[in-house]
Amino acid sequence: MMLEVRSLRKSFDGHEILKGIDLTVDKGDVVAILGPSGSGKTTLLRCLNFLERADAGELIFDGESFDLHAAGRADVTRIRKKTAFVFQNYNLFLNKTVLQNVTLGLTAARGMGRAEAGEIAVRALERVGMAGHVDRYPNQLSGGQQQRVAIARGLVSNPEIIYFDEPTSALDPELIGEVLSVMRRLAEEGMTMLVVTHEMEFARNVSSKVLFMDGGSVIESGPSKEFFANPRERRSREFINTILADRK
Amino acid sequence: MNERLWNILVSSFPRLLGYGVRVTIPLTVLSFALALVIAVIVALIQYADVRGLRQLCRFYIWIIRGTPLLVQLYLVFYGLPSVGIVLAAFPTAVLVFGFNEGAYMAESVRGALESVSRGQVEAGYCVGMSYIQIMWHIVLPQAFRIAFPALGNSLISMVKGTSLAATITVMEMFRQAQVINGRVYESLGQYSEVALIYLLFCTVLTWLQRWGEKRLNSYGGVK
Repeated sequence: MMLEVRSLRKSFDGHEILKGIDLTVDKGDVVAILGPSGSGKTTLLRCLNFLERADAGELIFDGESFDLHAAGRADVTRIRKKTAFVFQNYNLFLNKTVLQNVTLGLTAARGMGRAEAGEIAVRALERVGMAGHVDRYPNQLSGGQQQRVAIARGLVSNPEIIYFDEPTSALDPELIGEVLSVMRRLAEEGMTMLVVTHEMEFARNVSSKVLFMDGGSVIESGPSKEFFANPRERRSREFINTILADRK
Repeated sequence: MNERLWNILVSSFPRLLGYGVRVTIPLTVLSFALALVIAVIVALIQYADVRGLRQLCRFYIWIIRGTPLLVQLYLVFYGLPSVGIVLAAFPTAVLVFGFNEGAYMAESVRGALESVSRGQVEAGYCVGMSYIQIMWHIVLPQAFRIAFPALGNSLISMVKGTSLAATITVMEMFRQAQVINGRVYESLGQYSEVALIYLLFCTVLTWLQRWGEKRLNSYGGVK
């Protein structure tokens, strides 16, 4: 087990978004977090990287325990350096080239030399098929290309887990495939991934586990194959049926 | 135009230009430098939401923007001596112009900082950067690019604003025009001439601003 979350709680303005979430991720797991919008999926992911401060909860990462509410700055930075986060809106640094976007975490945050960082960055960009665009700026790229650069930016620091927050939701339909195929390849290479997504094909065929959330709680979790073949809970079944009906 | 007026204007031109170069320009440069330092500090305090200091910044901006520049000059130069604070005319002008324009520029800089998307800051945290590193590498460069036209505007407006220093006895270009006019009684000609020199200064600055905007990296278009 590489990551465990215990009774994570979070409220915004007195409205409880996460009502005590428990979650276990093993090395090499690809966990798809599914659920209707407003179920707290994105907030869950953001709390794990301290982009939001949980009201309470424990994170066990690499055998070390952290308080999701009160962890200090040093611990937060240490955890962030072992993880990567891919945003729905890519959030590339707009004043930096593709190459600089990928190297900045190495040079600025980790003090690595520019030449070495450049080599590592180019290898990461090759993995996402963007090595031919090193000198471009984000504004010169399509959404799919930007998202692949964002994935390379995460890969470059050799993270133990990558969090994906709806990585294809902002993309035009024809650009979704290129991002999903990069993610599929990472999964096949054994990368541990936690993916908030609405892509049912990805959840069914690529992810190893599913976590189904509704109303701030985990309703059902288990191996993907089982979840889609035999959802145990009524709300899971309704969700799957609604989504699949929409696709037709 | 009669010959007398023409001769007056020709002979006063180098004199006015001399005061422009030796007084108006240094006054502007010093005041603008002070204003820029104030603006960046005040904007950063508000952007980073430093408790206590933030209220102080809002108060400063409120006072400065809510009172006339001329009144501020008079207050400091003619008012403060009665409580024992006596400053020479030129330093008074630099301080008042600097603090005055600084309040407006702080708002330009703050707006520019806030226009850099929050998501880029979060992405910076996620790759392990500290707040200072994110500000230095990501937010400030983009904010500078965005604030540049507004700051250029402030500089140009400040060049003309320095003429108010004449009212607190600073012998700058406009005061010199008044002095010359006191001898020759050619208000229309004399003040037109000095206006022309201000226009000349501002035209050069407008060119510089346009050149600077082109030179500043536009990050591959858009913005």
